Amino acid sequence: MDNAFQAAFRLIAERDPVLVEIVTLSLQVSLTAVLIASAIALPLGAAIALWQFPGRGLLIVILNAFMGLPPVVAGLMVYLMLSRAGPLGELGLLFTPTAMVIAQVVLILPIVAALSRQVIEELWGEYREQLQSLGVSRLGAIPTLLWDARFSLTTVVLAGFGRASAEVGAVLIVGGNISGVTRVMTTSIALETNRGNLPLALGLGIILLVLVATVNAVAYMVGESARRRLG
Amino acid sequence: MNRAEPLSLLPLELEGVAFRHRGQTLLHPLDLRLERNGKTLIMGPNGAGKSLLMRICHGLLAPTAGTVRWCGGATPDTIRRRQAMVFQRPVLLRRSALANVRHALGAQGVPRRERARRADEAIEQFGLQAIAHRPARVLSGGEQQRLALARAWALRPEILFMDEPTAALDPAAIRAVEEAVDTFHHNGTCIVMSTHDLGQARRLADDVIFLVNGTLVERSPVQQFFEAPRSAQAAAFVRGDLVW
Ligand SMILES: Nc1ncnc2c1ncn2[C@@H]1O[C@H](COP(=O)(O)OP(=O)(O)OP(=O)(O)O)[C@@H](O)[C@H]1O
Ligand SMILES: [Mg+2]
Repeated sequence: MDNAFQAAFRLIAERDPVLVEIVTLSLQVSLTAVLIASAIALPLGAAIALWQFPGRGLLIVILNAFMGLPPVVAGLMVYLMLSRAGPLGELGLLFTPTAMVIAQVVLILPIVAALSRQVIEELWGEYREQLQSLGVSRLGAIPTLLWDARFSLTTVVLAGFGRASAEVGAVLIVGGNISGVTRVMTTSIALETNRGNLPLALGLGIILLVLVATVNAVAYMVGESARRRLG
Repeated sequence: MNRAEPLSLLPLELEGVAFRHRGQTLLHPLDLRLERNGKTLIMGPNGAGKSLLMRICHGLLAPTAGTVRWCGGATPDTIRRRQAMVFQRPVLLRRSALANVRHALGAQGVPRRERARRADEAIEQFGLQAIAHRPARVLSGGEQQRLALARAWALRPEILFMDEPTAALDPAAIRAVEEAVDTFHHNGTCIVMSTHDLGQARRLADDVIFLVNGTLVERSPVQQFFEAPRSAQAAAFVRGDLVW
């Protein structure tokens, strides 16, 4: 066991090419997924917060339910869409990094949308009359609300990133864990542990742990400093 | 400047304005005329409908009956831009004091170059230079109230609604607000303000609107209201008795 730890740290210290490749792909996939999901989910959350429309309550319930969507189910849904017989089979995306990005978007979009809806609705309740008094329309209020909620929304997005980078089920199903193509940290850890290649599994595990801990620390500090500085 | 333009929004006329909510009448039908350059104070016990009346005048709430008519046939956009309201609990954005004023000017379509100048001017007018760059929401209650007034000042409204702007302020801050009200007035802004402070009403008002339970009981020039009120309810209110 001690040897495995030493070997793992050596892999990290020496920037082992296999390890670096896996970590790089993981970050690329999860960051891309977070960017795409946020670009859709933040305006969506704001729209649900600001406008009344038929089915609004149902949409909120669905988003909240999908926040807890099991990753393997998300993976299965995307697999069915992208598989040769599926509606998007023509694109040939299955078992590519793009497929993994799509799966992670499906996974975190509801989280970012549902949480940002909550944040923005609360702020709108507070700002509404003042903004109305200044002659700001609902649409015109969105930039103000997004900016004033920037700290809370940053923690929302970080929560999405944390979930994306730590999940294994969805990317395993749609990515296929193909060496050099679709192997990310979580799937590699599962595979290398099975194979008995503990140094690589441990090395990746340590990096993943540090990454997730850092994301959480940043989220916490952002929230704290916002509370202190902006009241 | 808005008020330098020949066209005026005032007088504001309310005709048969009433407000009902869930079968309850919160404001009974009333007629009201607010003249240019007036200082009108709205008084009455808690829950009388003072805030409600101001919200309706300001256009935040639509009356369920009657009409609110501004003079001169201005567009809704112009009407919105020529009035301002200071709420009882100031709503300040999560930015610096100065940025709050600039945001309001931006919201009203003031060109970017002019925003900075007018914002600085307003900050100075209300003695907020030292705290201009602090986050607005960590300011003290009195400072926040002054900032809300500075924001309204920067907008150069033709009519300004203020909902109990001095509740919970210390005597010095109250004096500062009252001086600000005078400054507004000297610049030609029509003032509509609610207060529970009888002394303040005496000091500031031209005339008093007295509401009880959603009914406009009396509107009198200030001296008459305090010395020879026409209604028994106003007489009791001025003495400090309970009125329902
Ligand atoms: N949006 C609303 N929906 C339902 N009821 C309301 C609404 N706004 C006001 N009311 C009710 O209307 C009545 C008058 O309220 P308003 O806030 O105008 O009183 P006020 O005269 O300003 O009292 P205070 O001196 O306590 O500020 C109250 O009974 C209040 O509960
Ligand atoms: Mg009130």
